[in-house]
Amino acid sequence: MATAASVPAPRGIIRRPTATTGWLSWFTTIDHKKIGLLYGFSAFALFIIGGLEALLIRAQLAKPDNTLLNADQYNQIFTMHGLTMIFLFVMPMSAAFFNYMIPLMIGARDVAFPRLNAFSYWVFLLGGLFLYSSWFLGGAPNGGWFGYPPNSTTDPTIGMTFYALGLIITGLASSAGAINLAVTVVNMRAPGMTLFRMPVFVWMGLVVQFLLVFALPIITVALFEMLFDRRWGTHFFDPTAGGRPLLWQNLFWLFAHPEVYILILPAFGIISEILPVFSRKPLFGYQFVVFSGIAIGFIGFGVWAHHMFAVGLGPVANTAFGITTAIIAVPTGIKIFNWMGTMYGGDIHFDTPMLMAVGAVAMFVIGGLSGVTHAVVPSDYQQTDTYYVVAHFHYVLFGGAVFGLFGGVFYWWPKIFARQLDERWGKVQFWIMLIGFNLTFGPMHILGLGGMIRREYTYPASLGLTFWNQVSTVGAYLIALSTLVFVVNAVKTQRTAKGLANEDPWDARTLEWTTSCPPPVYNFEEIPVVHSIDEFWHRKYAEDKEGRLIRVPAGASDHAAADGHGGAIHLPTPSFWPLIAAVGLPTIAYGVLYSWWLVGAGALVTVIGFMGWAMEPPVAE
Amino acid sequence: MDRRLAHVREVTPVAQKAGDTVARTCAPRAGAKLLGGRRTVRRTRWWILALLALTLLLVACSKTAPQNTMNPHGPTAQTEKNLLVLVLWPAAAVFLVVEGGILLISIRFRHRKDRDRMPPQIHGNTRLEIGWTIAPAIVLAVIMVPTVSTIWQLARQPADAMQITVEGYQWWWGFRYTDPDMAVNYGDHDAIVTADVLVIPTGRTIDLSLTSLGGGAHSTAGVPDHQVIHSFWAPQLFGKQDVIPGETNHIVFSADDPGIYSGQCAEFCGLQHGKMKFRIRALDEADWQRWVANEKSPSVQPNDGLAQQGMDLFLGVNGVGGQCIQCHAVGGTDAAGTAAPNLTHFAAATHECFAGCDFESFLNGNPNAADLKAWLADPNAVKLGAKMPDYGLTEQQIDALVAYLYSLT
Repeated sequence: MATAASVPAPRGIIRRPTATTGWLSWFTTIDHKKIGLLYGFSAFALFIIGGLEALLIRAQLAKPDNTLLNADQYNQIFTMHGLTMIFLFVMPMSAAFFNYMIPLMIGARDVAFPRLNAFSYWVFLLGGLFLYSSWFLGGAPNGGWFGYPPNSTTDPTIGMTFYALGLIITGLASSAGAINLAVTVVNMRAPGMTLFRMPVFVWMGLVVQFLLVFALPIITVALFEMLFDRRWGTHFFDPTAGGRPLLWQNLFWLFAHPEVYILILPAFGIISEILPVFSRKPLFGYQFVVFSGIAIGFIGFGVWAHHMFAVGLGPVANTAFGITTAIIAVPTGIKIFNWMGTMYGGDIHFDTPMLMAVGAVAMFVIGGLSGVTHAVVPSDYQQTDTYYVVAHFHYVLFGGAVFGLFGGVFYWWPKIFARQLDERWGKVQFWIMLIGFNLTFGPMHILGLGGMIRREYTYPASLGLTFWNQVSTVGAYLIALSTLVFVVNAVKTQRTAKGLANEDPWDARTLEWTTSCPPPVYNFEEIPVVHSIDEFWHRKYAEDKEGRLIRVPAGASDHAAADGHGGAIHLPTPSFWPLIAAVGLPTIAYGVLYSWWLVGAGALVTVIGFMGWAMEPPVAE
Repeated sequence: MDRRLAHVREVTPVAQKAGDTVARTCAPRAGAKLLGGRRTVRRTRWWILALLALTLLLVACSKTAPQNTMNPHGPTAQTEKNLLVLVLWPAAAVFLVVEGGILLISIRFRHRKDRDRMPPQIHGNTRLEIGWTIAPAIVLAVIMVPTVSTIWQLARQPADAMQITVEGYQWWWGFRYTDPDMAVNYGDHDAIVTADVLVIPTGRTIDLSLTSLGGGAHSTAGVPDHQVIHSFWAPQLFGKQDVIPGETNHIVFSADDPGIYSGQCAEFCGLQHGKMKFRIRALDEADWQRWVANEKSPSVQPNDGLAQQGMDLFLGVNGVGGQCIQCHAVGGTDAAGTAAPNLTHFAAATHECFAGCDFESFLNGNPNAADLKAWLADPNAVKLGAKMPDYGLTEQQIDALVAYLYSLT
């Protein structure tokens, strides 16, 4: 049995850094709040890039037989637009909020594995950079974000190899993050915070992590098979040698359908936080909102072939998946009705976060309805692979997720940056964005039913598609304008002095608002003890014997003093090793493309990184 | 504004226990003055309804849109459209109720500056939850009944249907009439093979077998090259089915009336996915018999002039040229390549377009020599990635070939 004396002291190779300020500290940080900020800024930058790609697409499609982009350029741009928006914007932006807010909302000081958290971020960033480096190294992926073989496995340009490698890397980042956050939520809740006292945002986060853990391995397998087919002569998807193209589709959609719930549930969580605060009443049907989220997670694994209704699976499979697809509309509807119930009877303040949240619900409903029409399988034979589908998923993804995420941005900006985004600019942004968004994607329903296929770089004038394409393009540029409005708002806001007169500007309900703005590095002076859902609200408002709400006197509340010194609080120390380990992964990927020496070097760097990580002392010596 | 200090004690009685989920007595109030007048409600509703109607109208009535799914010309597309229209009614109702509800709630319960109230802190209502779980489930179940029966109906393959094999290539469509009574009357009595335009008789049920072949200049013998997934879609006649290498999917349909129906590949298949088009030409009985008779015979061989020079070049007579026959076929000659469109009756009136239906064969009834010349001069320049190589033909050679091709009626 080892005694304290016989346990070998950990040896550091590099002195463990201690700095928590200064630009270098951003590379070694393991603080969940800083990592959340890193995710947020990176994701937003990639939103801009993905948006520019969209503007190019819309410019090309504004006229029939347009020659702004040729077929090759267009195919790369639409592929990268999809990959960027899904893997490099929505997922990391959701991760930004999960990282920053979940520990605060559950009364924890950090996530379960802080260095793994840093590792996840660096792997994501480097994976995204790796993917984008393809533009300069022979061509970006050009087979669509869905990459169907045999086209993707036989395309002679290098782009789809970058696709396979890049997504394997970013998948690793999400997997690590998922395990981290799931363990955090399960194990690190403050005393008294039972699962059913957690904010809905945390619940949705938990469901997302489980979805990731189960879905990512499937796509990883598929991507390795694609990589091997492209590079090393295997035939997983090659029908002339015993393989099947449909194998890819099944594996891909088994991942990618849960993926769309991974994309929307964080926004659902944000909406579930914003609506109660700005309606001044609790979330209606908390347990039902939670259970419907869990149900969506489960059923989400049973609908994947609704992306494949036209591939010839046969009437039995089409019937089964049509039915499961219809079923999944039910828990989604439950959420919407509960959100309406939350607003009903409230005292609704339409600040920008609330506008965004209500906008998200309203737009998601439209996307949900077009989704139900997809479940009508024979009608889907007409709808699938047309702009009708493009309309559907942009209504749920942009309408639902992006508006929801912007809601979160406006809502939590004061908490994170100790300043409030300008309300008037926020409202201007919201209305331009709402109008622009509907002008862009509303007509796509008409275009799809009117015969416009997806993924075509141009169309002839004779098909009668011109007018609505023009409208759609105008809408897209309006969205761009609204984004510019946001950037101006953010920059101007950050230039104002830091510090809020009121550190609970929205009269919120959940624990993250009990800390200062921004929270101290250790989050809570004392880990709070939780007695109910909306713990913070119930500390501010007690009930008299008739059940009426009365304000708790300010001195009696638990508002944390911001004295900035943790005293006896133990926090994890920053570290270089997650970044070093992360750097090895894209190096391996470049090695697969160019040279086995690089593979070796990258593997060595990663292994050294992990070893240094494991062996470094827990605190700086 | 510091909201924490600004609320007023709620006077309306609240439920006894804080954690209660008893329904509030809101219902009677809600029915009364919603927006300060029923006129406002009516105006809002009408505006939304009008917009919806306009949209549907625009989709349904654009008869000039040749690929409009809402303008079916055959029972398959009609069935598919009927289902969509069926589901659009409950969808529209849900839309109005939900979006209208959100709008009304937003207006009715928005904060008024002169009133600060802390609303009753209601946590939920189990009966409502059950209600709005069961009601949508019932609506969906009802929708799924005709859905499922239509799935099975459309999957049927009648034994007496005309069998035609559709062949997807990068980036054009070939058609092979495999019924025994559709064999040509010369050579090995193979099936009639055409490209770009699928000609069918009206009123007859057609069973398409969808296959993906590769083709192109890099095909090696026996191993089709560049096989990728496509999808065959002529919206006014039928919804699409994917064309997958190694699988054979089916589409069963018929055309009600004579006419031309546009279609295109609907599954991303590489560079020129956007220009992999085709047309379906439905002919009435008399025209159909004439067409079949013409297809069963070889094309008339030119015996003089530019057209014959073109033929010699095409076939490689006298040791010059002859690359064409590596990929193309012309019935009744030595040209029997299968990697590129069959050119036997290239200049038939029904063969309206070529090169993946990217170019019209005829303009105002006259041969579209200009586009064909541009194609022959450098296919890749007019269609990036086209698998037909640039053979460095001279202008004279091109003129001869154009004359030959337009002689193949």
